[in-house]
Amino acid sequence: MIGITSIGAYVPVWRLDKGAIARHFRGEKAVANFDEDAITMAVAAGMSALDDAIRREIGALYFACASSPYREKMAATLIGYAIDLPREIRAVDMAHSTRGGTSAMLAAMDSVKAGSAKKAMVIASDMRRAKPSSNHEQNFGDGAASLVIGDTDVAVSIEDSYSVSNEMMDMWKGESEDYVRSWETRFYISMGYMNTVGEAIRGLLKKTGLKPQDIAKAVIYSPDGRSVAGLAQSMGFNPKTQLQNDLFMQMGNTGTPYCLQLLAAAMEDVKPGDKILLASYGNGADALLLQATGNINKLKNKDLMRRLLESKKQIPDYVTYLRWRGHVDTAPQHVRPTPIASAADLWRVQEGVTPFHGQKCTECGHIEWPPQRVCTKCQALDKSEPVRLSDKRAKLFTHSKDMITDQFDIPMIYSVVNFEGGGRMITTVTDKDVKEIHNGMDLEMTYRKKFCTEGHTMYMWKAMPIRLK
Amino acid sequence: MSGIKDKVAIIGMGCTHFGELFDKGQEDLVIEACYEAFKDAGVAPNDIDAAWLGTVDGGNLGSRLTRILKLQYIPVTRVENLCATGTDAFRNACYAVASGASEMALVCGVEKLKDTGYEGGLGGTLHSKYQARYEILTGPPTMFAVRATKYFETYGLTPEKGKEILAKIAVKNHYNGARSPKAQFQKEITVEQVIKAPIIAAPLGIFDCCGVTDGGAAAIITTPEKAKAMGKDYILVKGLGMANNAAQPVLDDKYDFIHFIENQVASKRAYEQAGITNPREEIDLAVVHDCFTITEMIIMEDLGFSKKGEAWKDYEDGFFSLNGGLPVNTDGGLKCFGHPLGATGLRMIYEIYNQLSGRCGERQLKDPKIGLTHNLAGNPDCYCIAITILGKP
Repeated sequence: MIGITSIGAYVPVWRLDKGAIARHFRGEKAVANFDEDAITMAVAAGMSALDDAIRREIGALYFACASSPYREKMAATLIGYAIDLPREIRAVDMAHSTRGGTSAMLAAMDSVKAGSAKKAMVIASDMRRAKPSSNHEQNFGDGAASLVIGDTDVAVSIEDSYSVSNEMMDMWKGESEDYVRSWETRFYISMGYMNTVGEAIRGLLKKTGLKPQDIAKAVIYSPDGRSVAGLAQSMGFNPKTQLQNDLFMQMGNTGTPYCLQLLAAAMEDVKPGDKILLASYGNGADALLLQATGNINKLKNKDLMRRLLESKKQIPDYVTYLRWRGHVDTAPQHVRPTPIASAADLWRVQEGVTPFHGQKCTECGHIEWPPQRVCTKCQALDKSEPVRLSDKRAKLFTHSKDMITDQFDIPMIYSVVNFEGGGRMITTVTDKDVKEIHNGMDLEMTYRKKFCTEGHTMYMWKAMPIRLK
Repeated sequence: MSGIKDKVAIIGMGCTHFGELFDKGQEDLVIEACYEAFKDAGVAPNDIDAAWLGTVDGGNLGSRLTRILKLQYIPVTRVENLCATGTDAFRNACYAVASGASEMALVCGVEKLKDTGYEGGLGGTLHSKYQARYEILTGPPTMFAVRATKYFETYGLTPEKGKEILAKIAVKNHYNGARSPKAQFQKEITVEQVIKAPIIAAPLGIFDCCGVTDGGAAAIITTPEKAKAMGKDYILVKGLGMANNAAQPVLDDKYDFIHFIENQVASKRAYEQAGITNPREEIDLAVVHDCFTITEMIIMEDLGFSKKGEAWKDYEDGFFSLNGGLPVNTDGGLKCFGHPLGATGLRMIYEIYNQLSGRCGERQLKDPKIGLTHNLAGNPDCYCIAITILGKP
């Protein structure tokens, strides 16, 4: 039996009231902070599905994303390194389509089935750029999801699948384009979405000999918050009882990770034996038949999506959102220049930067970051072992509220942070409400963008208030 | 170990006006500071047998100095130790004179921060690749403000009370700066003005921070025997202390951020050489590195001028004011002079030299005999502290 052994998700803490875009828009969408992108959200979702036992067994990482910060350069290697997967993995980027989440899932399944990986990890993430005030901007939200696929202790088995490829200019973003484009809405909804997702679902039901009533939960990609109910109904599902809530009014359409996030949300009330239909969309559709096993009750993170959606902060206004997305350039003149990140230098020191390893001195036990060759406490040379700090809790030792440095992060909480169990770093506190900042407060770590020069985004680990209490 | 005490004499000094000197280049500042020093010492440029040039952002090579002054093939060392550069250049020259390697040495510190084109903070050239990968990209106010937050928390000062104490430090230094003709800012300010000023990095507001400034300063040193033979008035070097840390504030999670251990170590070394056992009583004045008001407050405790956690009370009592028990930053400090990195340490020595020589006009103290300068360099992770103690013969 092959299927899901672990599940994770990420929804950024920030919400934009869509009424801020245009008065008649309703609902909220999840919006990545100024220091987030598809890679950082992927890291957050990936970390949520991992522990050290799982890490050791993972042999492949499939990263699905339609909005990678890089047009050339793999993201899966960076994500895999940041979440501290072993170096000896098959890392793959699956790009360019919102269908990529299920494509990655199927590829992961095949890897495990073929025996090339004991466990395979799937991460999907998107922060798609939409033109300000467009329908797409109203619809798109940001987020990420992750799965670990294996053949032991399976909580949700993958029973069967059916894929349809459909060539059509439904959504696209050209090489030099800033925003996702589409042909008129009616065209891609009716001829694209309705037709091909319908075709995939019908094909799967026929292939498996199942009827719509046999499905406990239909988890279906929702392009606009409306069409999915009509599609479900036309397939013979009861939208009220069988269709997974598309969370569209809470977070928007998050693209590639969307149906995997919905699957994560569906886990909360799935019972052993329940059959689940998972259907994605993007230049065609994948439909998967899943079934909860007796291990479903042991699955972690069953309520993660609900908790992530409940944990939210409001973006104060539309201009802030536009600045975060770079639609409005408010960079001040004559401030200190952004430094150039030396690729060679970064490559040498990346163990401290990316998987966020500090070190513990094997002579005296002192823990410090970034890694040093000579121990700060006992001066022993080259006597240390790595300590992962990314999953450690921390406390704010002291801080200042900087009003002048950053064009987005105002005030920037420049912080001295002490890790539980030892170690210290200077970083900033992100995703914060300035009123909650005080010395002694509890923090957790989060992978974020630092700056971008010449197309190279530098990332770093920042602190944030504990998100899920 | 025999120290530096009484082995080196300062016989002449010079200092430019400090400020936004858009109309003066490095060449002008070097000439202005050095020629004042030549005149004060009564020596000619060709009497100098070795020189030290302190500059952080002013270009490489000691020859910058010889090129400007047209010194004839003497050895010149360019010194860089960030904000403590000026004092360290002086220190190196002192050892050369004490060892007999040089009989008449010139020390010059200069910085043209206003040529960098950045508004506020220090120029981008202070960043290294190191900062690109690990450090948060920000300016010094932010890095020092974390100490204020911690100081207030540790010693039970409310944020309001803490701000008020810091404001008193700024007010004191501006009072002195208003009596200092070469200072960048020569205006008195009030506590209310300081508290209401725009915040740079809370809890520090704009009046808690020193300016971004151009300036140059110079000293001519020789042996006391030579000074006497020349018939010159001179001031003696009594102690030189320096300490560079190993990034303990960041790498050691026990480092408390309310003291600079580096200050304590460097001052202890200087006190031992100078024979000072009770600095609060024995030192007549000090010019210290008040890059930010909180820095000055912490320095008072580290140097032994105040008890731990009690400097704020000494400020309330006016102990460090011009007419107090131990006047600190009698010329207005970095608060009023700004901080042209390579020049600052020598500007501090210039003030002590003039106070001990009785040349300070309205801000002149009554017959001071021993003074201290304290120069601090670094971000939270790396510090260099350089201290000099100067005395009358």
